[in-house]
Amino acid sequence: MILRQLSEAVGVSGKEEAVRAIILPAIAAHTTEVRIDPLGGISALKRGTGASPIRLMLAAHMDEIGFMVRSIDSDGLIRVSAVGGIDDRILPGTRVRLGAAGTIGVFVWTPIHQNHDQNAPKLKDMRIDIGASSRDEATGKVSPGDVGTFDSAYMEIGTRMLRGKAFDDRAGCALLIDTLANEGGDPYPVDLLAAFTVQEEIGLRGARVAAQRLDPDIALILESTTAHDVPNPALSPDEVGNENPTCRIGGGPVLSFMDRSMITQPRLFAFLRATAEAAGIPYQFKSQLGGGTDGGAVHIANAGIPTAVISLPCRYIHSPAAYLHRDDYDATLALIRAFIHHLPALDLRDPA
Amino acid sequence: MIETIKQLVEAWGPSGFEHHVRALIREMVVPYADAIETDGLGNLICRVGSGGKKVMVAAHMDEIGVMPIFREPKSGYLRFTSIGGLIQTTLLGSRVRFEHGAVGVIGAHDYFHAGRTTLTDLDQFFIDTSDGSGAESVTAGMPGAFWRPLEVQGTRLIAKSMDDRIGCAIAVEAMRRLNKQTANTVYFVFTVQEEVGIRGARPAAYGIAPDIGIALDVTSTGDMIRNEKMDVALGAGTAIKIADSNHIVPPQIRDWMVARAEADGIMFQRELLTLGSTDASGIQITRAGVPSGVISIPCRYVHTQSEMVDSRDVEASVALLTGLLTHPITL
Repeated sequence: MILRQLSEAVGVSGKEEAVRAIILPAIAAHTTEVRIDPLGGISALKRGTGASPIRLMLAAHMDEIGFMVRSIDSDGLIRVSAVGGIDDRILPGTRVRLGAAGTIGVFVWTPIHQNHDQNAPKLKDMRIDIGASSRDEATGKVSPGDVGTFDSAYMEIGTRMLRGKAFDDRAGCALLIDTLANEGGDPYPVDLLAAFTVQEEIGLRGARVAAQRLDPDIALILESTTAHDVPNPALSPDEVGNENPTCRIGGGPVLSFMDRSMITQPRLFAFLRATAEAAGIPYQFKSQLGGGTDGGAVHIANAGIPTAVISLPCRYIHSPAAYLHRDDYDATLALIRAFIHHLPALDLRDPA
Repeated sequence: MIETIKQLVEAWGPSGFEHHVRALIREMVVPYADAIETDGLGNLICRVGSGGKKVMVAAHMDEIGVMPIFREPKSGYLRFTSIGGLIQTTLLGSRVRFEHGAVGVIGAHDYFHAGRTTLTDLDQFFIDTSDGSGAESVTAGMPGAFWRPLEVQGTRLIAKSMDDRIGCAIAVEAMRRLNKQTANTVYFVFTVQEEVGIRGARPAAYGIAPDIGIALDVTSTGDMIRNEKMDVALGAGTAIKIADSNHIVPPQIRDWMVARAEADGIMFQRELLTLGSTDASGIQITRAGVPSGVISIPCRYVHTQSEMVDSRDVEASVALLTGLLTHPITL
């Protein structure tokens, strides 16, 4: 499954070339007019049968969160900044890979019997140990400006659970590749403009450029989102049973009527939901509305582009080991394909 | 004009769900526009005139509101998030209305005792949509808007969503008074989603590519409530914006407005605001740039359910806008 290669590739926001190198050959047989824009985003065309003039943009972002080396201390320990939304709490003791050579390091942590200050340290106070004992020794191995991310291998757990880093949004990229491949499916009635975007994690930057260049009629964003459906033993009896999971593993593709970056047009949202119902595909709503997606930039590009988002539910997103269920992946791919086939029936015109 | 204002402020239309307001406005302006269309995001674009300068006038149709996100399985409480800038001290005991007519009351835990000092976050509140039967018609994804009727007391007008239905009313009234007689090509754009980030005006301006932008929106006042030190008062006239948190009005636009107000004997004041911005700040940076100004309506208690404006300032705003659009524009 291409998700393995995509998950293990290191492609921190702004340096996505390793991910491009996997995607370009994977889509070559299914697309034409493959272009790379000045920011490094990929766009590609998959012509439809001509049954409908609609041009649908499908977007997934290639970049992942990570770190950038800021400086090397005299004792050989490395200081880094975050690239994208890093949760400082998970860092102490976490393994990372830095720089083009993938130099292994670990975030320093204070042994428990000495950790008198129970507050979680902040990234700005943390350092990475790459095994060097002086600045000179470290200088050959990493340099300021090097980027890196979690050191984490992709794994399949049992027959249906997938584990790895960067499922946000390499899983979306995998879905887009599979959509373009359209294995065993009928030819699509609309033209697909595939956009593998850059720099989503640091401000939806590549999507803005992609939408301005492609200027589609409609857009569908493929993302991964937080599933917080694991019971919390720390809750009080009053709170148990009332927890908001955002979404659930096994609940099917997640549909967003709104997030902080975009309010989905009600008629487009209703159409997407009706598509799922008609196709018998399970779906769920996202029930915590924080965060944003490439849709935030796409829907207000040019003269405005009606945009919807479909997400995969993932536990522990933005950590070295996110969990994704294969049934959710399959159901999401089915919904994307059903949406594309249903699209000619979409009428967003104002009835008034 | 009071009847127009009443219909507009009492209409239901939180950001992203402006269709009822759009239909209402369309019906009002159809006799006064040369062409009307709705763009891909739902902005209502009404063209009046041809020739001269291309002016885009923007007033936003959306109001702040609530978006239910999750009904707690055990307690039945309906949790929600904000649509636009909600102020949590305005919520407890408020009524919201949903599109299909259901009413909700906003409550919070322990509001009578500890809640008096601890209710600071939206996730401490919930909406009660019960009707006594046990069935629930309101689900996650159904937005709600605050509900209050318009009150008129002397020259004061009090309602929810004065921001920015009063701007819409001014645009509608200006269209009536112009009655298609203008030396310019004016696009009256009733925009969507201003409250969640000026998301409608920018794409609308991209599509129209105007020469000049004018937004109509409320501004705060410095009299009585002292949200900030500002030299704007209710009843002292239409407010010509100098600058706000995200926009500096180009001097030639500002001076053009001041000159028209002085020439026509319209009561006006100069306005600087630090609390926020308007559609004009989005229009201004569209494409290669569009010099844009704002005719502001002084308003107390902005983003509460009892926004208060003065009808003298409203009338002055209509007069100024109409005056600016009637004559040929040289800047």
